[in-house]
Amino acid sequence: MSDLVEIKLTVNGASHEGRTEPRKLLVDFLREDLGLTGTHAGCEHGICGACTVMVDGEAARSCIMLAVQANGAEIRTIEGLAEDGKLHPLQEAFHREHSLQCGFCTPGMLIIALDFLRTNPSPSEAEIREAMSAAICRCTGYRNIVRAVAAAAEKMRAKP
Amino acid sequence: MKPAKFAYHAPSSLDEALSLLQRYGGEARVLAGGQSLIPMMNFRLAAPAALVDLNRLPDLDYIKHENGVVRIGAMTRQRKLEFSPVIAERLPLLRDAIRLVGHLPTRSRGTIGGSLAHADPAAELPMMLQVLEGEVVARGPGGERVIKAGDLFRSILTTALEPGEILTEVRLPAMAPKAGHGVEEFARRHGDFAIAAVAVVIVHEGERCSKARLATGGTGPVPLRLTAAEAVLERKGPGEAAIDEAAEAAARAVEPMTDQNGSAEFRRHLVRVLTGRVLRRATEKGPR
Repeated sequence: MSDLVEIKLTVNGASHEGRTEPRKLLVDFLREDLGLTGTHAGCEHGICGACTVMVDGEAARSCIMLAVQANGAEIRTIEGLAEDGKLHPLQEAFHREHSLQCGFCTPGMLIIALDFLRTNPSPSEAEIREAMSAAICRCTGYRNIVRAVAAAAEKMRAKP
Repeated sequence: MKPAKFAYHAPSSLDEALSLLQRYGGEARVLAGGQSLIPMMNFRLAAPAALVDLNRLPDLDYIKHENGVVRIGAMTRQRKLEFSPVIAERLPLLRDAIRLVGHLPTRSRGTIGGSLAHADPAAELPMMLQVLEGEVVARGPGGERVIKAGDLFRSILTTALEPGEILTEVRLPAMAPKAGHGVEEFARRHGDFAIAAVAVVIVHEGERCSKARLATGGTGPVPLRLTAAEAVLERKGPGEAAIDEAAEAAARAVEPMTDQNGSAEFRRHLVRVLTGRVLRRATEKGPR
């Protein structure tokens, strides 16, 4: 096909090159072309937050961003959260606080929390609730999610 | 839930972007933050022949304060406004309103110019342009023109921008340092579009009011200045009775629609309640 566009991007520290139709959404490029299926496609119109990934250091919904727009960008997905086989403090906290049941919303929840704590390392509970309203969970309710974000914030602050 | 086919262009200069728009003669859409346009394309409510992506333009991302006016590049991300010291100092109402605009991950992509050009009647930034008496700069093939807030919004998702024009800059007069201000909205979930919203800037000393500006969103086809309510306050000052009268005037001035989120009557009620609440907050009679 003639209308494929070449793109280069970094995902979780690794460079990737690909050819994509301009209409391909970033979430589909990550899942189908790169096989990174940890990022979930939920509502596909920017409401539910399941597909949230980090784009150049900021959380963004990958179902309302085109893959071609990520040309040259640095992306971090849920697969890039654990380091050296060790869970990120947010992942640990979600595990410990039982913040998921089916887990479908969890990748987005974690990325949103990651960016939120970057800009607000000592949030109040109300601020956590406000930030996490960016994603919808249909099974656990939000109580345990809010608790996990608070616990992770505390742990991340204590780190040197 | 995937966009229809389109040709994609990411020009590196504004002139190139303008000539691309001209080439497609109204069949192309400008892509700014994409937080409204891409969802519409996913639903195929929009199926433009081409997208002209402004994200590679270098010069449309800035926040400057000069001679009492804050000038904001159209591609400035909403999240940048949220954390900007210039906005916090000169336009504290805008800083407060930004936290109501979408959610953290949409503010990191969404731009001020994109929101204004999209002109969703329930969006907060068009209401901000109205209450802060701002204007926008539009560049077209024939050059630049300035459009005042009151002239920009024509109807639902419709502005005075011509198909070949690009909104390049937003100009907002800095708020008076002592101005009281407030913004309140009612939405089903924090960050969702407002079912009704009201914002105010008020300059007052005790019970005398030299200037009141009020605007509402979500309550009609365009964000509206509530001039009758402003007149009540400027005539009578911000006393309790005048605030109630202004709230009543605001409720009478709107022509809300009925939809799945609420009836016209419910929205009119919200305008009355929210107007009273923002005015009490802005004049420190109510909880902050």
